[in-house]
Amino acid sequence: MTNRRFIPDLSNFACPAPLRDYPHVILGHGGGGALTHELIEGVFLPAFSNPLLDRLGDSTVLDLAGELAGGGRLAISTDSYVVRPLFFPGGSIGDLAVNGTVNDLAMGGAMPLCLTAGFIIEEGFPIAELAAVVDAMAMAAGAAGVRIVTGDTKVVERGHGDGVYINTAGIGVVPPGVAIGAAPIRAGDVVLVSGMIGDHGMAIMSVREGLAFESQIESDTAPLHGLVAAMLETCPEIRMLRDPTRGGVATSLNEIAGVAACGIEVDEAAVPVHAHVASACEILGLDPLLVANEGKLLAIVPAEAAGRVLAAMKAHEHGRQSVVLGRVVAEHPRMVVMRTAVGGTRVVPMPIGEQLPRIC
Amino acid sequence: MKHLTEYRDADKARRLVAEIGRVVTRPWAIMEVCGGQTHSIIRNGIDQLLPPEVELIHGPGCPVCVTPLEVIDRALAIAADPRVVFCSFGDMLRVPGSRENLFAVKGRGGDVRVVYSPLDAVKFARQHPDREVVFFAIGFETTAPANAMAVKLAKQEGLRNFSMLVSHVLVPPAIHAIMRSPGNRVNAFLAAGHVCSVMGTWQYPPLAEQFRVPIVITGFEPLDLLDGIRRTVLQLEQGRHLVENAYARVVSEQGNEAAQTVINEVFTPHDRAWRGIGTIPGSGWSLSDAYRDFDAEERFVVTGITTTESPLCKSGEVLKGTLKPNQCPAFGKECTPRRPLGATMVSGEGACAAYYHAGRFLEGSGTA
Repeated sequence: MTNRRFIPDLSNFACPAPLRDYPHVILGHGGGGALTHELIEGVFLPAFSNPLLDRLGDSTVLDLAGELAGGGRLAISTDSYVVRPLFFPGGSIGDLAVNGTVNDLAMGGAMPLCLTAGFIIEEGFPIAELAAVVDAMAMAAGAAGVRIVTGDTKVVERGHGDGVYINTAGIGVVPPGVAIGAAPIRAGDVVLVSGMIGDHGMAIMSVREGLAFESQIESDTAPLHGLVAAMLETCPEIRMLRDPTRGGVATSLNEIAGVAACGIEVDEAAVPVHAHVASACEILGLDPLLVANEGKLLAIVPAEAAGRVLAAMKAHEHGRQSVVLGRVVAEHPRMVVMRTAVGGTRVVPMPIGEQLPRIC
Repeated sequence: MKHLTEYRDADKARRLVAEIGRVVTRPWAIMEVCGGQTHSIIRNGIDQLLPPEVELIHGPGCPVCVTPLEVIDRALAIAADPRVVFCSFGDMLRVPGSRENLFAVKGRGGDVRVVYSPLDAVKFARQHPDREVVFFAIGFETTAPANAMAVKLAKQEGLRNFSMLVSHVLVPPAIHAIMRSPGNRVNAFLAAGHVCSVMGTWQYPPLAEQFRVPIVITGFEPLDLLDGIRRTVLQLEQGRHLVENAYARVVSEQGNEAAQTVINEVFTPHDRAWRGIGTIPGSGWSLSDAYRDFDAEERFVVTGITTTESPLCKSGEVLKGTLKPNQCPAFGKECTPRRPLGATMVSGEGACAAYYHAGRFLEGSGTA
């Protein structure tokens, strides 16, 4: 298995602007002059084009009077994306850069409207590969229904970056009436998860480490605001939403238990993991609960609403395999405890850093 | 995964626990030798299922934990050499040396890489003839065949830029040392299934006979462990001391003879220091004379190693089974997985880390 396999076919790439002079990014592309403009006009604008961006102002002025009418509130979030390899089974850094920020907004109940995009590109990075990243971003933005309305490009010297880093910031609107977290989490609340866990982290690891498993593991990167909207429609009083990215479900559950000063009990038999992801974790001695997800959410909902929220999640394309993961309990405050399949218990800790594959 | 889930069946687990409860009449201390077993016991909460008479003592079978400080410090010095690409299994990176760990060396610019197999290190050496590739070969008998193959391959290919820092340890001499140590409380052993898959069971009857101690070769899944404990308790109650194989789906009496052949060719028995325990005669392997050229200790001369262990760390007592991790005064206070004082707090297989990660802060409490 090689990384090249996931890079789209670029053999027919034809640049609309005269970028052919420079098949690789050079320092001058970040200088703000003609080369920068060539890059913007040759790579970014064709992919991201929309009336707000096409003005190419120093800033973009948004008129959100309609969206905010009736008590809507603005939500804002930012995240930076650093991933190796840039293309992996199921997605790319471009997908992550859009979906990650969209999901951060969605976890606050916001409908995302627009994104900014900042690129830090390493000198020597192939322009064709940059265009492929930008295209993936444009497709993800289209799928998520958000526009990229302003951006920035910098070039750093060779050896000072890892191909390309992307920062996106996003603005969204929390519709009137939506108040995630208005009522505190309490014992008896139910913990839901929107599907199989650990796919993204294991997809990256299998490519990065050149581990070949029988079936390919694909990243779950996906925008979740549609799923969240469907959940809020059936239950506006959702207590909390989290997307368990870095650090996985274990980290998010510990954060929730900490904020709520409650305990959380998880049933090991209920933890949804694809068989091939579970096998890969088993081989490497990793815990799927600690592996990153990019298209899943955890929801804490009142017990009486759990059934209908779960039904709404299962009816949505990004929540078909949703399940009840556990419960909020009064015992062991700030601690996540798992009931093991054989009937024991163990604490699910907050991980310290990266998981390290065990020796044997 | 089917082959694994069938060894995690809750009903069968309950039946095994019930049988252990019916059979046991008095207190017994059983040591699981292998760190992988400790990890599985804590992770699945198996010790909580057992009747109070049955106490599990966690043995010294975590290779990361018992690698002596002097070797870690040597590894750190070699890894910091700008000519070197230092390849290691992942969980060695966080193990504290006298002053720092491999992560810190990597942070300062050392080329330290996590590999999943020593053969990956050989491959890297083949592809990068201009770099000195050093593989940190630690582990019990389980990892020895792959490590031996790596050196054998490097020699066959004439790779002059590959070497190994070897700190291999062996189970039977450790069992011997534990039984001979003053204050020993161990009544029986669960021997390490994976070690025996390589070495077979033939090494153990003399130990069982000499110390009149039951030894049951045991696997790692919940049902494997419970069955191993059941058989051990049965023997103890009946006054027997036999070697039993409760992991026959993997382990044979003679073991993997091809693996033993390559091990015997590449390695030679050696007195080995165990971190926290001390030197145990004949308890390790080092490279044999035919492979001495591939010994990183000879290729990279490191002088002036003076080791300093934390005076607070009681990992030696934990490894010998005379102290439970959470009985150590530093446990969870000065010593945590984030700031480990000893190696037993680092590896997923280390008893202290297993206790910490499972929230076992209070003696006798299940979930704190």
